Amino acid sequence: MNVAQQLQEINRDKLSKDFWNAVADSLPIMLGVVPFGITYGVMGIAIGLSLWEILLMSLLVFAGAAQFVTISMLGAGITSFGVIVFTTLLVNLRHLIMGASLAPRMIKEPMWLQGILTFGLTDEAYVLVINKIQKSGYSVSYHLGATLALYVVWAAATLVGATFTNYIPDPLEWGLDFAIPATFLVMLIPRLKDFVSWIVFSTAALVSVAGFLYLPGKWYIILACIIASVIGGLIERNGKNAQ
Amino acid sequence: MRSEILLIILGMAVVTYSTRVGALVLFRFTGIPSWLEVWLKHVPTAILTALIIPAIILPKGAIDLSLSNHYLLAGLTTGLTAYLSRNVLASIGLGLLVMLSLKWFGV
Repeated sequence: MNVAQQLQEINRDKLSKDFWNAVADSLPIMLGVVPFGITYGVMGIAIGLSLWEILLMSLLVFAGAAQFVTISMLGAGITSFGVIVFTTLLVNLRHLIMGASLAPRMIKEPMWLQGILTFGLTDEAYVLVINKIQKSGYSVSYHLGATLALYVVWAAATLVGATFTNYIPDPLEWGLDFAIPATFLVMLIPRLKDFVSWIVFSTAALVSVAGFLYLPGKWYIILACIIASVIGGLIERNGKNAQ
Repeated sequence: MRSEILLIILGMAVVTYSTRVGALVLFRFTGIPSWLEVWLKHVPTAILTALIIPAIILPKGAIDLSLSNHYLLAGLTTGLTAYLSRNVLASIGLGLLVMLSLKWFGV
């Protein structure tokens, strides 16, 4: 079956509605993403990258945290290919878990769509999609809408930062970056509805704070996620056995 | 564009994509093991928590549970509003309002 036929099989109205709902849902997150994109652009120019190098990294890598780390390393005179690429791998390893978490929904979609959607699997896209799954089930066009919206905004914010470097007072001092944890929080609250979810939340909170203090990079997310969700799974299984 | 920078960007792109597509490629060969599905169920809650809590408890890198931590105050506002109202825009809006006013008035 070719791509055109596959698309025809899906109801067009539903497709377009879910797509634009995703774009709308991502607006509050964008409020927080834009200051980070601008700051990344400003920092890139400050350490001597060209506009095209800065923009190309946003377009090909599309991973905010890793891009910031790379800029910091380049700025500190660390220019080794191996060191930067390996660090990028470590910083992004958390996406492996997010990919696994979405895999059961995505695996039935056409290969080319899986290719695009996994390319854009950022923290923000993941969170939007799991929130949609919880509310009304997985939708591939919703997933695509969220991914594309975040991609365009990240590239545009990067471009603005790198172009108008001298006119922008430190965007992360504006306080708008709070929009990201705020949006995540609104999505988390409805999930805390039973004993197991509260245990998962408490464990993840404790481990992530401890990990944030004592572990390098983004390991606090990976560790908190593994420990908390394994504990959640164990409690649930024991509960079922007891019944 | 300098070739060493271009090479670094391409290297970063390849490893980043491999982390994102990795699980799907693996599952294509192995299928999704059932023990894993039980575990994966709680991953969203755990990841959301790990993304939120450090961002509001240690915004500057050290634990700050004082009233001078704007992220904490704004986070409590958003969390409480979300719990009581289940209204997305009101929750984010009120939290941002607290955040921006604290900045504006230099508290």
